[in-house]
Amino acid sequence: MEITLNNRKETIPDGDITVADLIRFKNFTFRLLVTKVNGRLVKKEARDQVYIREGDDVTVLHLISGG
Amino acid sequence: MTNDHHIRTRLRDKIVGIAGCGGLGSNCAVALARVGVGRLVIADFDKVEVSNLNRQYFFADQVGMPKVTALRTNIHRIDKDIMVDSHELILNPDNIPEVFNDCDVIVEAFDSAEMKLMIVETVTEKMPGKPLVCGVGLAGWGENNDIGMKVFDNVYICGDHLREVSPDFPPIAPRVGIVANMEANQVLEILLGKMNDGNNTQ
Repeated sequence: MEITLNNRKETIPDGDITVADLIRFKNFTFRLLVTKVNGRLVKKEARDQVYIREGDDVTVLHLISGG
Repeated sequence: MTNDHHIRTRLRDKIVGIAGCGGLGSNCAVALARVGVGRLVIADFDKVEVSNLNRQYFFADQVGMPKVTALRTNIHRIDKDIMVDSHELILNPDNIPEVFNDCDVIVEAFDSAEMKLMIVETVTEKMPGKPLVCGVGLAGWGENNDIGMKVFDNVYICGDHLREVSPDFPPIAPRVGIVANMEANQVLEILLGKMNDGNNTQ
């Protein structure tokens, strides 16, 4: 299925894919991530319960220390 | 009327929040003060330490002072007419919406990644649509061309997006200052619009 991931069109496998699955599939390895689906925040503990649908707009941000 | 005067006039009624007054926050606040943002809301719980002077906009005779007090003093040495609301506290998901409620833009200027995550989640959840400018990736030196800005909805992320602070790659003045000023520059673009959209010659 086609989704938008971080402002870019992406094709990911069809089927039941959660936000947590997507993070593994795309190999996001940073420790601290903010995830959103269609603008709505998906907290870390909910990532394996929120499914991604065709056409969804998904954002995965990473944060690292320094300031 | 010069364009500089025109920009100052447009910024006079703007309010910018600065979450954290360390390397990013102190330098960003000073840049925004110099360009004429009318009101700054600054928040930090910490006091100035000697080790901060390698990058933060404080002076040796301010060591021991609360950072918000020292920063307010330094801003007023540049322009005494800027309103500075200073909050000496630890920001958290409960007080962020209250402290920064009136702000047109919020600048994330923490050092810890956990706090950066906290404010992005808090603004996304409790202040939807509020522009939030973050600094991510500023450790070490050199590598100028790795530093840039990415935008995700209302979240603008400045930095190299990669290099975490570590004993080998500390946060030091030039790169921290670049990212802090890049955050200030992004705040201006949010407040004034893009230069090439004709917003520079009204």
